[in-house]
Amino acid sequence: MSKLPTWKELAIGGVIPKAGSSIEKKTAGWRSNRPIRSNEKCIQCLRCWIFCPDSSILVKDGKVVGIDYDHCKGCGICAEECPKKVVAITMHPESEFEGSKKD
Amino acid sequence: MAKYVSLTGNDAAATALRQVRPDVASAYPITPQTELMHKFAEFVANGDVDTEVILVESEHSAMSAAIGASAAGARVFTATSSQGLALMWEMVYIAASCRLPIVMPEVNRALSGPINIHCDHSDSMGCRDAGWIQIFAENSQEAYDSTLQAFRIAERKDVLLPTMICFDGFIISHTNEPVALLQDAQVAAFVGDYKPERALLDVEHPFTVGGLDMPEWYFEHKRQQVEAMRNAFSAIEAVGQEFGKLSGRPYGFLEGYRMDDAECAIIALGSTCGTARVAADEAREQGIKAGVIKLRIFRPFPMRQLRQALGRTKTVGVLDRSISFGIEGGPLFHEVRSHLYGDDRAILPFVYGLGGRDIRVEQIVEVFKTLRDAGKSGLKDRDVEFIGLRE
Repeated sequence: MSKLPTWKELAIGGVIPKAGSSIEKKTAGWRSNRPIRSNEKCIQCLRCWIFCPDSSILVKDGKVVGIDYDHCKGCGICAEECPKKVVAITMHPESEFEGSKKD
Repeated sequence: MAKYVSLTGNDAAATALRQVRPDVASAYPITPQTELMHKFAEFVANGDVDTEVILVESEHSAMSAAIGASAAGARVFTATSSQGLALMWEMVYIAASCRLPIVMPEVNRALSGPINIHCDHSDSMGCRDAGWIQIFAENSQEAYDSTLQAFRIAERKDVLLPTMICFDGFIISHTNEPVALLQDAQVAAFVGDYKPERALLDVEHPFTVGGLDMPEWYFEHKRQQVEAMRNAFSAIEAVGQEFGKLSGRPYGFLEGYRMDDAECAIIALGSTCGTARVAADEAREQGIKAGVIKLRIFRPFPMRQLRQALGRTKTVGVLDRSISFGIEGGPLFHEVRSHLYGDDRAILPFVYGLGGRDIRVEQIVEVFKTLRDAGKSGLKDRDVEFIGLRE
């Protein structure tokens, strides 16, 4: 708490005075299911990227390269939208990953 | 020589707003505010002012649109009454906590139910803790003058709080009175250009409005609002004096009448203060040293100024035009008594005029008699007295 700004230092009105702060703020803490993506199965249709409500599908040079686990809330839309014949993304309870780095 | 015209309170406020030339206005009609927006819309339709008027579908939307436009960097107003204010409640608090200097004439009308369109102060009293500056006008002239001043007060850098100008529905809003108007150029120079520190339309400097505050942030933002309200004292004073130099009508936090040697005083808000002054004259003819304090600013509450103005009075009657259930007296009484804690005076609560019931001179003379008798008997406290109620 001691590092947070005092009321005199804080911008008024509850504004966040700069852009892009959501990149710094990790908001995946409440995720209960983690999407796991198989690069081998993926056909690069980009449906997961289109539908992800949190911009958490990482794309480079037009191809999906991974998932941003710092911001993914585990809603499962990517797994739902992944074509049924492909199933490159599957959801797994976070409890399976206990002990490993969560986010 | 000032130009006098015959205007209702609504027309006077609309004229002030035309002269201020706000960038954006959001509008939804509600009695008795409706004619204010009619008049302003007429100014817009006639090309007398180039404000962008947003016709919205409810008061909740009216305040939401005002908040959006203000955050975008515009100078904004809206106006409302009673149920309209009640419907915009949620956004009224958000406007204040976002520190957006929105100006809003609030034409006082009783809250339902039973449904009633006439004057009392229950609507604006309900949001006394919303974080808005609240100015009460006694007549059309004050509605005009305070609307002009509200922009300056609200927009001062160390204040940045929304401001409502409260005036009595029908009694002021629909009654023609002579009003001295400033010239358009004088108003333009007085209010100046609005230059917000941050504006969403300034895409070179992006920022976020309305973000989520977790427990480690919210408290500090509330503390900032406390500071802004404290700073509003000097803003109100400075703007009121500057306006006085411009118009010959200086303004402060309150106005005393025959208070120099008064032994008993009445404190009230709005149009009743005129009636109370006549009553004070009559009471003095009957040997009562009577005085009146018209409270102009309710938020921030001018405790220091009020204590000073009360001078040597022994008994104080507080006239509330709204009611608080489950506690004796109305909000004005509670605030006055709270700020005079430890004081030796008798401070007695009166409630009058709910739902637009008239209050007459002779009724206020009776209040002065009650105060005189309390001074003699040493009565310090009693239950609320209802003026003009059929018992």
